[in-house]
Amino acid sequence: MAEVALEPQAGVPDQGPDRVAGRSPWALAWRRLRRNRLALASLLLFVVIVVMSFGAPFYADHIAHTDPFVNNVNGTTIVDGKKVPLMEQGGGVLKLGVTPIGPTWDIHHYFLGSDTQGRDVAARILYGGRSSLEIGIGSAIIACLIATVLALVAGFYSGLTDSLLSRLMDVIWAFPVYLLAICIATVLLTAPNGLKVGPLHVEASSLWLPTLIIGFIYVPYVYRPVRGSVLSVAEKEFVEAAVAQGASNRRLIFSEILPNVITVVIVLLPLMIATTILTEAALSFLGVGVQPPGASWGTIISDGQNLLYTRPWVAIAPGIMIVLTVLALNVLGDGIRDALDPRAKLRVEG
Amino acid sequence: MRELLRRVFKLTIPIAAIAVAAGCGGSGSSSSGGNSGGGSTPAAGTPQKGGTLTILASSAFGVADPAQNYTLQQWAFLIDTHDGLVAFKRVGGTEGTQIVPDLAEQIPQPTDGGKTYTFQIRKGIKFSDGTTMKPSDFVTTFERQFTVPGPTSFYSGIVGADKCTPKNCDLSQGVVADDNAYTLTIHLTAADPEFLDKLALPFAFVVPGSTSPKLTGNNVPPGTGAYMWQSYDPNKEAVLVRNPNFKVWNPDAQPEGYPDKIVEKYGLQVSDEVTAVQNGQADLVFAGDTIPSDRLNELGTTYADQTHVNALTADWYFALNTKRPPFNNLQARQAINYAFDRKAAVQLAGGSSLAVPTCQILPPNFPGYTQYCPYTANAATDGAGDWTAPDIAKAKQLVQQSGTAGQSVVVNTDGPDKPFGEQMVADLNKIGYKAKLVVLSGSIQYPFVQNSKNLDKWSVAWSAWYQDYPAPSDFLNVLLGCGSIHPNSDASPNIAEFCDKGIQAKMDKALETGVTDPDAANQLWAEVDHEVTDQAPWVDMYNPKQIDFTSKRVQGYQWSPQWYILYDQLWLQQ
Repeated sequence: MAEVALEPQAGVPDQGPDRVAGRSPWALAWRRLRRNRLALASLLLFVVIVVMSFGAPFYADHIAHTDPFVNNVNGTTIVDGKKVPLMEQGGGVLKLGVTPIGPTWDIHHYFLGSDTQGRDVAARILYGGRSSLEIGIGSAIIACLIATVLALVAGFYSGLTDSLLSRLMDVIWAFPVYLLAICIATVLLTAPNGLKVGPLHVEASSLWLPTLIIGFIYVPYVYRPVRGSVLSVAEKEFVEAAVAQGASNRRLIFSEILPNVITVVIVLLPLMIATTILTEAALSFLGVGVQPPGASWGTIISDGQNLLYTRPWVAIAPGIMIVLTVLALNVLGDGIRDALDPRAKLRVEG
Repeated sequence: MRELLRRVFKLTIPIAAIAVAAGCGGSGSSSSGGNSGGGSTPAAGTPQKGGTLTILASSAFGVADPAQNYTLQQWAFLIDTHDGLVAFKRVGGTEGTQIVPDLAEQIPQPTDGGKTYTFQIRKGIKFSDGTTMKPSDFVTTFERQFTVPGPTSFYSGIVGADKCTPKNCDLSQGVVADDNAYTLTIHLTAADPEFLDKLALPFAFVVPGSTSPKLTGNNVPPGTGAYMWQSYDPNKEAVLVRNPNFKVWNPDAQPEGYPDKIVEKYGLQVSDEVTAVQNGQADLVFAGDTIPSDRLNELGTTYADQTHVNALTADWYFALNTKRPPFNNLQARQAINYAFDRKAAVQLAGGSSLAVPTCQILPPNFPGYTQYCPYTANAATDGAGDWTAPDIAKAKQLVQQSGTAGQSVVVNTDGPDKPFGEQMVADLNKIGYKAKLVVLSGSIQYPFVQNSKNLDKWSVAWSAWYQDYPAPSDFLNVLLGCGSIHPNSDASPNIAEFCDKGIQAKMDKALETGVTDPDAANQLWAEVDHEVTDQAPWVDMYNPKQIDFTSKRVQGYQWSPQWYILYDQLWLQQ
């Protein structure tokens, strides 16, 4: 990262050249990020969502006292001090259908109401957030890791290696994302043992299954820009200098090229997390993501689609969570890009 | 037929492989809702002809060839456009299960020990294209059933049918037509007490002898009914108009309808269908479209006069895999029957107004039905009485006795029915199993669990069954008979692979007795029903009810247990 570290800090009156020279590029980026209030607010929002989601067991066990994974259609709750059934029988002569209880706005008793299976929607949203975040973050990291390794190999060795890897990525890219994910998920979900490749065994009901599927389908989306950066960096003078000094390929890749392309991956990561969370929600909505009785924001929206007229919160609440999370990640991603991109520093700090 | 009302079931499996009757249809008794009182509603004013009856359905019924289509969605139209030798009486209520002569002048007594039926065919009846209907047209009709092919099992008892293939079928020995004497003689290989029921199904509705022996796709061959098909586009609509060549010959079988035109439009969301009917922009929500639960209360209160609820002769159940542990053990099967919370299942189905809990195979108000529920808390010693609550203590005791506690159990269900699967998983876990749920898409799940190749992939499978015609064998023999197990086939309706030689012998005897003494046969079927229930190859959940939602101008509602709502008998207030 020699290029970035030595960059003069012109245009910033309170910083002398000595202080700047003593800071690492990461410290400079962090300082830029800290000055971007919108990005910081997004980071804070994201952290709050993460903390809330990972606190789901605490909420379910100690506050709401509910098991959001078990049907409770014959259950009751407390509203205004009175015991009421969770499912209300229809009225009139016909008494058609049953309607789940709506939001009580009491965090101890079905805060956001119940779904059609008598389960606490608020608790499920928190648990759902945990699943969505685990899958979203996990698959984005998997996609970035695999893509970075492949891009480094392809970009550095170029020639046939590059052609083979790039065409493979093109093939994956040629499939519509959701279609490919649905196909893979459907096959693996119906397999008696889930995914079994050598020692790797992932059960159909495991969150790892959608994580791996989504991670796999997004590899080309990270591979392309990272490979471009690798090709660009590999032509730089400092790499040629390292070659002239007799550096090994390993050292060239990991010490010279990787540090100079990693910013691309870091910028892409939050954006990829946002994308993978959306993909997970879509797949779960379609029934090929998180499997019941597990919950994700997508499955909860699916559960709520038949309640839009009477109990809209069942579908709206997880939708809001998705919007907030994706928005926070996108703004944060922009902030990180601005922080890591020295050409943008004037805009950020000005 | 499976899942007839909730999701239209299109048979996409190699039907030629089926060797037993597969079920479908709807029957039994009816109870009605807003306009309560059985199968019909008193009409306001004088019935009047004319107008266009508009039905809204979320999707079409697939291929329209009557030799292949196996959905009540199309059958509801085919009974208006086509005729068979006999018919179920076109009327609401339990009378609708009576067999009456249609293109045959009368119902013949079988001869040759119940193996030969000779029908005198009515003269002077024309198809909608103007050609005259002849007895030999029936030969083509039955042969098409094997060359198209449709669900061949219904007519596999006809002499010569065993040699038929999709490429070639010659039933000249089994279906003998005399176009001069206007007679049709059908020879069976064995007496079949349900043969007249099978002849009243749309597969046996006559089409012209010139009809291609191959699938006609979306073109419906001409029929003899009061209406004819003007067009059918699965992406848009089906249109029926009056058949100009039709004259009433037996109003019990084929009455003259009231609407001039019947249109079924496709593509709307069900909730939008409900709104359109509320607004008078259409006349009826197709009953196979499940009305979203949050619209039901509105229908039951504000629109009660336009909402009709009828009990179906159908079962929603979980089949237990009797070939593999733990449910190859009788006590384990009985344990989950005691533990399953049928009240929860009823709630999930929309409440007590839309489902009735049950323990046994045969639905209420069905031939051979006598109430029996041994799997309830405080069960009567003779098993009589309603299901009241699960008996978890008894279930746990049975699990311990069976030595299956702690075993892994895979519950298999389709997407829309996963709440039932989740309930089953919870109840299994409650009594000491380690249960997990596998959800498959609706189109995959049914063939998947039928195929014996997949027996190692599930322990409990969700399923549902709607009658083809009102006969106990349509449930007991089709779904739990030894002959209904077809190894490695996607069309093996005995999902549980239950086969008890003693019970099968009694079923065979009941079938034989039914040829001469239906009442005695029904008593035998009742015994079979109870014995099968004791063997617990299923966890029966409930018998469902169906909702018809009509517009304000629709009058003359009639609900047949066999065909459900009778479109042609509705009339439109002008």
